[in-house]
Amino acid sequence: MVTSKYMPLDGANAVSQAMRQIDPDVVAAYPITPQTAVVQNFSQYVADGIVHTEFVAVESEHAAMSACVGASAAGARVMTATSANGLALMWEMLYIASGLRLPIVMTVVNRALSSPLNIHCDHSDSMGARDSGWLQLYAETGQEAYDNTIQAIRIAEHPDLLLPVMSCQDGFITGHGVERVGILPDEAVREFVGEYKAKFSLLDVDNPITMGAWDFTDYYFEHKRQQTEAMNNAMPIVRAVSEEYERLSGRPQPIVDYFGMDDAEYAIVVLSSTAGTSRAVARQLRAQGWKVGVVKPRVFRPFPAQEIIEAIKGCKAVAVLDRAISFGALYGSGPLFTDTCSALYNLGVTGLPIVNYIYGLGGRDTLPSMIESVYRDLRQVAESGDRGAPVRYLGLRE
Amino acid sequence: MPKYEAPRLDRPWREANPGGVVLEPGNSVTYITGTWRVMRPVRDLAQCTQCLICWIMCPDAAITIEEGKVTGFDYDHCKGCGICATECPVNVKQPHAVTGQMGKVIQMVPETDYTS
Repeated sequence: MVTSKYMPLDGANAVSQAMRQIDPDVVAAYPITPQTAVVQNFSQYVADGIVHTEFVAVESEHAAMSACVGASAAGARVMTATSANGLALMWEMLYIASGLRLPIVMTVVNRALSSPLNIHCDHSDSMGARDSGWLQLYAETGQEAYDNTIQAIRIAEHPDLLLPVMSCQDGFITGHGVERVGILPDEAVREFVGEYKAKFSLLDVDNPITMGAWDFTDYYFEHKRQQTEAMNNAMPIVRAVSEEYERLSGRPQPIVDYFGMDDAEYAIVVLSSTAGTSRAVARQLRAQGWKVGVVKPRVFRPFPAQEIIEAIKGCKAVAVLDRAISFGALYGSGPLFTDTCSALYNLGVTGLPIVNYIYGLGGRDTLPSMIESVYRDLRQVAESGDRGAPVRYLGLRE
Repeated sequence: MPKYEAPRLDRPWREANPGGVVLEPGNSVTYITGTWRVMRPVRDLAQCTQCLICWIMCPDAAITIEEGKVTGFDYDHCKGCGICATECPVNVKQPHAVTGQMGKVIQMVPETDYTS
């Protein structure tokens, strides 16, 4: 284990620090709030000669991801960052990056998608990309955003995986919130990520290859089957990299973080920063004798079904909190809820009362009192035996 | 006799190249695309002036050439776009050897042979 140096950093700066230490070959990015700080800080490192990165200042996010795809196909270690509508503009290229099996690492500083226009946090941007073939990590804190960014490099580039990774954190809440972040020594990060040797490179003139070629009815299906196999087998790779990073940093890196789940009767399943609020409330309630807990998946793609269901299956009632709506899905619920419900059924768990709360859209504050109301609702659901409304809205003016 | 070794269509998904990367340069020649053709270009070679405009304009390198002379079409890869027939600047003086029609040296006829 190495000793971290603690610095006051916001989540965006924490990622910039990780990128400085990783020193990728190419970064192509376009500014968008609240991601801008990530690449702005990093471009200063490029200008100051602190990193050797080729920085490509592109004209749009579509061009950003296109440049990343090209650079990665050429064999470079490539990173970028975006938010919200920027991610939406990358849509086409997201699938090209994953379909070509290019291990690009992208920070997404989560922000609400227009319209109406809003720059604050929710997960509608990255949740829309959940089927794009990228792995997705969600950070609760700036510290986790830093740690996830470094691990993402090793996960993406693992020879048995070769898939791009999206490392997400909450816009403004962690992205612009200054906190105490432990930074590993530069050499330790450099050694951890190591040298990237691409399996195939367009610049390897001795072994000429073609990437992105015509792939018709006779082979496309086989390539997609390979791609889903890689994603299906990703969890052991994520776990192995996480454990190695845990040994290096001394900071726990669980696939799913549990609080109070040994004996919890009522549990909240939630991603990112609201897990912190939930844990603080759960701690207070447990001090009053309530058996409550929090389940926070750090990894959302691949979906950690086993890890979530094992934790919640013994509860009396469970609430899944979604910071995005999957419009038109079951009851208009959110993606974390639909995946959790589908995992329950497939792992043979029946009869567990489970409700969905849509919360924090467009950066709406999620206060401890709201989390407490969720636990109270859960107790009422369990005691009355009536689930009531399957999808509820937290912090909405009724 | 097939002119090329056709792509392997018996390989299970595990053996496909990751991401569809193509490891053999120039192997697109083995991929027969002529079957897409619904109109077939035909040439009256005796009345052709060998101006090579069809060879210049063909977007698929499907005009076959030997020692600087046009010999015919690569029907394994010609998709029947008709650009050669449109661009051909030479009119036949006798009825076209294949179609029996007046008009250009290269003319388009409906495809009936789908074997190549």
